[in-house]
Parts: sequence; C-alpha cells; structure tokens
Amino acid sequence: MSGEKVSGEKLHGEKLDGEKLDGEKLDEEKVSSDSVTSVAINDLSLSFGSVEVLKSLNLEVEQGEFIVLLGPSGCGKSTLLNCIAGLLDVTAGQIFINGINVTWEEPKDRGIGMVFQSYALYPQMSVEKNLSFGLKVAGLPKQQIEERVQRAAGILQIESLLKRKPAALSGGQRQRVAIGRALVRDVDVFLFDEPLSNLDAKLRTDLRVELKRLHQRLGNTMIYVTHDQIEALTLADRIAIMKDGLIQQLDTPHAIYNQPSNRFVAGFIGSPGMNFIDGVLEQKSDRWVFNAGDITIPLTDYAFLQNPQSGQPVEIGIRPEHMFVGDAAQGQAVVFSCEADLVEPMGADTVLWTTIAGNSLTIRTDSESTVKAGDSIDVGINPNRALLFTATGERL
Amino acid sequence: MVKSIHEGMQGPHGPKPKKSLSARNIVLYGFLLVAAFYWLLPLYVMIVTSLKGLPEVRMGNIFSPPMEITFEPWIKAWDTACTGLYCEGLKVGFWNSVKILIPSTVISIAIASVNGYALSFWRFKGSEIFFTILLFGAFIPYQVMLYPLVIILRELGLFSSLGGVVLIHCIFGMPILTLLFRNYFASVPEELFKAARVDGAGFWRIFAQIMLPMSLPIFVVAIILQVTGIWNDFLFGIIYSGTTNFPMTVQLNNIVNTTQGVKEYNVNMAATLLTGALPLVVYFISGKLFVRGIAAGAVKG
Ligand SMILES: Nc1ncnc2c1ncn2[C@@H]1O[C@H](COP(=O)(O)OP(=O)(O)OP(=O)(O)O)[C@@H](O)[C@H]1O
Ligand SMILES: [Mg+2]
Repeated sequence: MSGEKVSGEKLHGEKLDGEKLDGEKLDEEKVSSDSVTSVAINDLSLSFGSVEVLKSLNLEVEQGEFIVLLGPSGCGKSTLLNCIAGLLDVTAGQIFINGINVTWEEPKDRGIGMVFQSYALYPQMSVEKNLSFGLKVAGLPKQQIEERVQRAAGILQIESLLKRKPAALSGGQRQRVAIGRALVRDVDVFLFDEPLSNLDAKLRTDLRVELKRLHQRLGNTMIYVTHDQIEALTLADRIAIMKDGLIQQLDTPHAIYNQPSNRFVAGFIGSPGMNFIDGVLEQKSDRWVFNAGDITIPLTDYAFLQNPQSGQPVEIGIRPEHMFVGDAAQGQAVVFSCEADLVEPMGADTVLWTTIAGNSLTIRTDSESTVKAGDSIDVGINPNRALLFTATGERL
Repeated sequence: MVKSIHEGMQGPHGPKPKKSLSARNIVLYGFLLVAAFYWLLPLYVMIVTSLKGLPEVRMGNIFSPPMEITFEPWIKAWDTACTGLYCEGLKVGFWNSVKILIPSTVISIAIASVNGYALSFWRFKGSEIFFTILLFGAFIPYQVMLYPLVIILRELGLFSSLGGVVLIHCIFGMPILTLLFRNYFASVPEELFKAARVDGAGFWRIFAQIMLPMSLPIFVVAIILQVTGIWNDFLFGIIYSGTTNFPMTVQLNNIVNTTQGVKEYNVNMAATLLTGALPLVVYFISGKLFVRGIAAGAVKG
C-alpha cells in the first residue's frame, strides 16, 4: 500500500481525491525533512490533572516499520497510543503522521486504524456491519464498501462469519474482526493495544504469526503495545522500551536484548531476568576486574562506554543463559561452586536458582540436567557476555 | 468390559434426583403464602366491594363475595361520578393523566439518556461538578421547591397548564434518570466508544447507532420509573396543572372525598382500582425486564 516512499503530500492527496475518505480537507503542514517518517512524535507530554504520564516523549517511526511498545503496567503505553490515535488531547508537543501535523485532528482524519485489547466490537451489529460501519460513516458508495469488506474478510479468513453477531464468535474470531475493522479503512498506520492478551496461549501464538504475515503482505506501519516479551521480540522491527512515560531505548530486538542501554532495559527483557551482582570495579595493573566478596570477574575485553574509575561501585549483569553448570562450566573464565536452592523445569530448559555473594541468581540449563535442589554445583560465567551498570543504572 | 463397568456403578450417577418437599421448604412456602395472602387481602376487599350493589355493601360483610355481580359501580366511576360540580366521572382525569404522562416520559427520558451518555463519554470541563450538583438535586425534598416553582411557572406563563406540569415532571425526573443512564453507560467499555470515534462517528451517531441499541433494558427501567411515578403523582398535579387539567389521582381524591350525598363505597373502590390499573399492568407486563435492567446496571456499574 505504502511500501515505496511517497511524499506525505502525495499520499494524502491520493486519499482525498481517490477515495474521499475524509469529508473535509486538512490544512497541510509539511515537515521540513525529505524522507517522510510515518509517525513522528515531538516532545509529547500528557498529564491527567497533576499526574504527568508522558514526559516530553520523542519517537520516529519509518514507513512500513513494525514498532512494539513494551513496558511495565502503567508506564503510559496505552496513553501514548491514544494520543497518536487522537483519542486524548495532548498537553504539549506535536504528532505528525505521514508528514502532516495531526496534533489537533480528529481520529478519523489521521489515517489510523486501531485494534483494542477488548476487541470493542459493536455488540448489536453483525460482523459485516462492524466492518462497514466506518466506511458508511465516511460516506463511501455501497459497492466500494462491499468490495473492501470482502477483501478484508478474505485476508483474515472470516468470510463465513460475516452474518454473525460478535456474541456468537470465539475470542480469536472476534480479534480477527477487530483487525478487519482497521483493515477495511485502508489506513497507513495501524495501532494495536495489546490485541492478543485476552487470548489463550495457543491462539496467541497463531495470531502472532498471522499478524506478522499480515504486516509483510500489507507493508503498513504498525505500532503495537504489549506486555509480552516474546511478542515484542518476534514481531518488532524495533522495540521501544518504556518506563514512567519515557522511552528508555528504541532499538532492534537483537540490540535491546544484547546491548541494553541501561539497567532497567537489561532487567526488563529476558525471562528469567538478567542476574545482577553488586560489587566494585578495580584496576589491577592495566586490567579491569569486577569484585564482589570472594568473586572476581576479569573484564579483559570489556568495551567500556564510559570512562571507568577504580573503586567505582557497579553492578554486573549476566543473563541466565550465559552461566553454566556441570561440564560446560569448566571451560569458562570464572568458576565457583555453590548450592542449588531451587530447580524449575520449564520444558525446553531448566532454571536453577542459587545464591552467590548474597545475590539470588538464576541459571538456565539443559532440560536433561540432573541437578536437584540442595546439590552442590560448579557455576561458570562467561565474562564476555556480561554487562556493567553504574550505580545510577546507566551502562558503563 | 464396558457393560461390567456400568453394572458396577455405585453412588451418585445420572441425573440428580429432584428434591422432595423438605420440612424447611414447607415452612418457607407456608410463610410466603401467608404473607402473600395478607398483602392481597385489601385488594380482594376492593374488588368484591366494587362488584356489589350499594344495598349489599351496606350489609357490612366486607369479606363475602358479591351475591349478585354488578358492573354498575365501574361504569359510574368512569362515566358519571361527581367531583364537586361536575359529574363526568374519572375519564376526564384519565385523559388528563395520559396527556401529562406521555410527553413527560418521552421528554425526560430523551434528555436524561443523552445527559447520561454525555457524562460518561464526553467529559467536559466541569462535568464532575455538574454531576455532583445533579446528584444533590436527587436528594432535595421537593416540597422545598414548590413555591419557587409556582413563581417561575407563573413568570413563564405556564402555571395552571399541561405544559407546566410536564415541565415540572421533566425537571424532577432528571436527577435520578440521569444517574440511572450515567451508571449504565459507565458500564459500557470505553474502548467501544473509542473504536467508534476512530471509525469517524460523532456524538449523535455514536449515541444513536452504538449506544441506543445496546441500552434497551435501561430504557425499560426508566420508562417504568417514569410511568408509575408520574401516573401516581398527586402533589404536582394538584398544584401546577390547574382545575381543568387535574390528573386522575387528583380526581379520584375529589370523588372519594365528596361530602355531598351518601358514600358510595362500591364506586369509590372501582374508581381507585381504575386509577391504579395502569401501574399494575405496567409491573405485570414488564416485571421481568425491570429486574433484568436493574441487574444489568447494578452488576456492571
Ligand atoms: N483517565 C485517566 N485519569 C488519570 N490517570 C490516568 C488515566 N488514564 C491513565 N491514567 C494513568 O496513566 C498511567 C499510564 O496509563 P496507561 O493506561 O497508559 O498505562 P499502560 O502502560 O497502558 O499500562 P497497561 O500495560 O497496564 O495497559 C497510569 O499510571 C494510569 O494510572
Ligand atoms: Mg494499556
């Protein structure tokens, strides 16, 4: 649809002339940049009374990109999405969609479609009416409405359900219809607010794959809010990790996982979460080492992002899969022995809990592992995959 | 193999047997019957009395069924009973009540439903204060406002007219009805409203095409509240409607309390039953819907 880059003006003009989706003309304010970003958010703030939910937030989304907003509950993900959709009035800042300043536009004039967690289907209307409602409001000719509904129903494989009421659909079918409702409007930007979180695990996986296919097929920009890390990592071109109304890091799933920019991101992504050990940084001759109690971890090849100082209190972060037990431990640069406190079989692998220097740590091992709670184990650490964080939580 | 398992079945199996009458149930139902009988007794007395001739009424056996059934009292109550100077029966009051009831119910519910919808979904600056004031209004005893309203209606030129009573009923119905609708719409998920906004629907379209179709139960509740409330109203009718527009309740009072001539108990009973017929019918027809509507509002809100 908007696979190749078209200037915002042209895209917008096409929509107005070709389809008459909008009754009225928007006043067109172009951004100065050449390549038009799909969604650009400049210094967006939003407060509910005295509570500041979004704090001068910036975000740029490229055409056709799949962005996932991930963050703990209450960090403002839905609020941000509602601002982009025009369902909330912003306190300060600007929102551009396809290069047009839509900060004051009505939701229908923004060229967005939205899918909600609770599906939000109109209960008294059949699936067909649900799909065509927006088009009827826009005053499209009957035949065109029919075509678009059929097309969307075809893509989502809900043709056989068109005559049913939402109450007579399963959760997965309802969510399909909800996606269809955004689809028929032929919009450039799709907004999803936790669309899969009401579904059971199996269905969630299925629909996740379907969503990815849909994105590949349509090439629309998609902004997707979720709690679910797996969804985020599998779907996203880039993930935005949010906390307290700010984006902590916006990067590819690979970079988010392997190069988190601060302790929050590092701890938030990954399950079980990254292990953190408090300690101090010390310089021995020209080598840096990490010290915590009787544990010393050499940081020979560590690529420091900031200037380290000897004696600086730091936290070291090591993912459970970068710690090893048994034979695998022997080859590692750091090995120490401790006791397994708890064993959690997770199917594909088994998680061991242990305590080192007063810190509770998890280790991911093979599911064939025979370690039992109370066993004494040797733990090996691969320091090359470890990350250091300053006392304020920044990456060192 | 399968057979042997079946034969070997012990303990509870198959459909649960129906409970026979236990002592507890007998006591319970017995109590309910007595209570029902107690409450129905006056109604019974009214009905039998209204079907007796005056000589039979004078015999004083109020519980005995009529020896000779006559509909004369009903006809008289409806057609020729005297209220003061006029002898045109209750029918005048009936039609007055209808003329008050229909516009009051329609207008008050129409306005209150839009109010409730706006208060739930289109929060405007000060909407919370507005709602608080409205709530406050629901608890002010309206006797306090009787005289000020007389003056207001007089200034508006609506005193002693049908329009005046209708206006009064609309005003006094507003707090409780708005509250009712607001609570109902508050139980509608906000995402539904947001979805409709994204689809481009505005204030009235969302109300008419999304909200109205799904709020039938609460409309039924509102209609019942208003119909019974307005029909049973005496105070506003006697103060604001003017002598020619007295509703049925006021006229009933005038018939029953007429001081001239003999007390025609049978006619009075018939007149009372006629006046109470409409609310009774409404309850009987819509009782189930009423409960469902109240429950829908209560559980979700
Ligand atoms: N209408 C409102 N009035 C006041 N505060 C609100 C309102 N809506 C949201 N908030 C607050 O704004 C913050 C962000 O809410 P938001 O719904 O965006 O969170 P979220 O990131 O979507 O969380 P979740 O993952 O649980 O959906 C929360 O602290 C919430 O309490
Ligand atoms: Mg949310």
